[in-house]
Amino acid sequence: MSEAAVSSSGEALQDGGKGFVQDFSSDMQAFHVPWGKAMMWIFLLSDTFIFSCFLVSYMKVRMSTTDPWPYPSEVFALEAFGYNVPLLLIAIMTFILITSSGTMALAVNMGYRKKKKTTFWLMVATAALGASFVGMQAFEWTKLIMEGVRPWENPFGAAQFGSSFFMITGFHGMHVTAGVIYLLVVANRVRTGFYERRGNNYEIVEIAGLYWHFVDLVWVFIFALFYLW
Amino acid sequence: MSSDEGQQHPLTIYWIMWTALFVLSGFSYATDFMDPGYVRWGLILTLMFAKAGGIVFIFMHMGWERLALKLAILVPPVFIGVLIILMALEADNTFLTRIEFFGESPMEVETPGHH
Repeated sequence: MSEAAVSSSGEALQDGGKGFVQDFSSDMQAFHVPWGKAMMWIFLLSDTFIFSCFLVSYMKVRMSTTDPWPYPSEVFALEAFGYNVPLLLIAIMTFILITSSGTMALAVNMGYRKKKKTTFWLMVATAALGASFVGMQAFEWTKLIMEGVRPWENPFGAAQFGSSFFMITGFHGMHVTAGVIYLLVVANRVRTGFYERRGNNYEIVEIAGLYWHFVDLVWVFIFALFYLW
Repeated sequence: MSSDEGQQHPLTIYWIMWTALFVLSGFSYATDFMDPGYVRWGLILTLMFAKAGGIVFIFMHMGWERLALKLAILVPPVFIGVLIILMALEADNTFLTRIEFFGESPMEVETPGHH
């Protein structure tokens, strides 16, 4: 169902609180958006709770350990041009993910303007940025593992640090990887005219965009709560 | 089914939001160089929510959606606050229990919160 300007009983849909009541008392559907978009939002809501579980657990173990928690700015510092730069790679990774959110937003806009080629390349750019993010995260993992960080101990401080780090960034990295694959599949279908044959409907680009922005959103929270705090 | 116009908004708002995200992230990174304390934590959280709000309301179009969808998606996560409060209480209890019954001693650290 596309967005309709009328409810199932034919009255004009209102906005605000009255519209809220109208929507939830509707006959056939409550959310007047394409079903794919509603379902993606609901999936993202569930994923929000999953990541919240991990982040709240991290809060809990960090608050309850009597050992000092490692300093992320030291653990994740990198040597660049002779200077010890705290959180350098993390800053670059944040920059990359924000850029990819921008290219994705542009892709969605181009999709609705039916510009297949532009949409395709913007989605490929988004996927490439995402893939480089995962590559950098893999580098980070390798470096930490070589320095002795394990889920059960590490040389920097409280033993719970490693477990929290690997679980949280691991799940996030997994979501980014899945997103890269999803984006490339949809991008290729855009390019080959698959969606043109299905009613010239590019809502799928927006739906894929929702997932991708969610991945960026989770990183905003991880960056703030794990790396900066 | 024929397609609708979709959510097309002038590109300007996206450029502004994109720039804002870079600026806010720059400030977030800058907090790393501040002295630990409530100001630093407050800034970290404020900047985090500002970025999150921008991504959800503008990039994810939530600002333009109908109230029913807005509330159905944004109200449930508020209850995560309940989980946070409960787990913070639990964590404090665990911390004190470790000191009281296991004889662990909290390491001497100068910075608040890094316990």
